[in-house]
Amino acid sequence: MKLGKVITITSGKGGVGKTTLTANLSAALASIGRKVVAIDTDIGLRNLDVVMGLENRIVYDLVDVIEGRCRLKQAMIKDKRVNSLYMIPAAQTRDKMSISPTDMVLVCDQLREEMDYILIDSPAGIERGFQNALAPSDQVLIVTNPEVSAVRDADRIIGLVDAAEKGPAQLLVNRLKPEMVARGDMLSINDIVEILAVDVLGIIPEDESILISSNRGTPLTLDNGHMPRARIAVQNVARRIEGESVPFIDLTAREGLLSKVKGWFGG
Amino acid sequence: MGWITKLFGDKKNSGSVAKSRLQMVLSHDRTDITPGMMAAIKDDIISVLAQHLSIEADQVEVNLDQSGTESRLVAHIPLPSTRRR
Ligand SMILES: Nc1ncnc2c1ncn2[C@@H]1O[C@H](COP(=O)(O)OP(=O)(O)OP(=O)(O)O)[C@@H](O)[C@H]1O
Ligand SMILES: [Mg+2]
Repeated sequence: MKLGKVITITSGKGGVGKTTLTANLSAALASIGRKVVAIDTDIGLRNLDVVMGLENRIVYDLVDVIEGRCRLKQAMIKDKRVNSLYMIPAAQTRDKMSISPTDMVLVCDQLREEMDYILIDSPAGIERGFQNALAPSDQVLIVTNPEVSAVRDADRIIGLVDAAEKGPAQLLVNRLKPEMVARGDMLSINDIVEILAVDVLGIIPEDESILISSNRGTPLTLDNGHMPRARIAVQNVARRIEGESVPFIDLTAREGLLSKVKGWFGG
Repeated sequence: MGWITKLFGDKKNSGSVAKSRLQMVLSHDRTDITPGMMAAIKDDIISVLAQHLSIEADQVEVNLDQSGTESRLVAHIPLPSTRRR
């Protein structure tokens, strides 16, 4: 019997890349042979199905499972492009109150017996949907972008995760633009780490191949032949989750023009 | 100095502006002390001190200081220059 790990992917601010990273990370973990199920808990705003390209195969959803209209297995859509990748969709016409944190714990305890990883795509914010996604969690990944509002909201979530004794949370910094960091026009990873005092598990660059893969419904990590930076970054996160220590792609340095000028003048 | 700042512009990079604004807003968030409360605290400090000293109210500064995850209130209260008697 397996004892799968539940990983919650959440954020304070919306639109920072939770669903995108859940889809790509799930696919990356399945590609290295793990049994993975991704659960969309954004009830009423179902998205994970289209990002993963599984929207045409939905029959039952998470609320159907919880309200007993189907068995858990029936709501698990198997991805045909890779072995051992599954997705459980959110209900589109219900709201967050149709699920409780206890329901999520029960569903995940069942899934742990069969799966290596259960990835939960949480809705943004600090309300019921977040509580649902947090309740069964063994590891919490907070997605943020390198901008003031997103980092501020991440700080709030870090505090709530600690208060719920689910911490320490780890950070996924998404949509970093190394050129902007280099010219001093973006918060650097060092800035964010210093301010939030939290571990970074992944740094994912801004990369248009992410949007292209969402357009097609093909997670980057399933698109053989393409190796954009964002794909490597996500694969590195998967390896770190597996316990490997993988150095970061070097996007982190803030080498501003000023320090170069100083260098020329010997300062 | 003047011509150098004119030539290169004296604007800070927006990355470091973002960092200091973030530190400021988080020290308020984390301590639950709003900018409005800070203003009230400052006024109260001034009125207490004014009972004992003559201070210049507009020179007083009270700030939230953040280092790592630790916050402190820092008051800066210059005294009027003392004359020899
Ligand atoms: N690294 C990236 N590079 C470029 N575009 C990205 C990247 N990550 C995410 N995006 C884009 O950002 C948008 C928002 O992403 P996504 O839907 O995953 O965010 P979310 O956090 O799940 O949002 P919500 O809070 O609404 O659930 C999408 O259009 C996605 O393609
Ligand atoms: Mg989403």
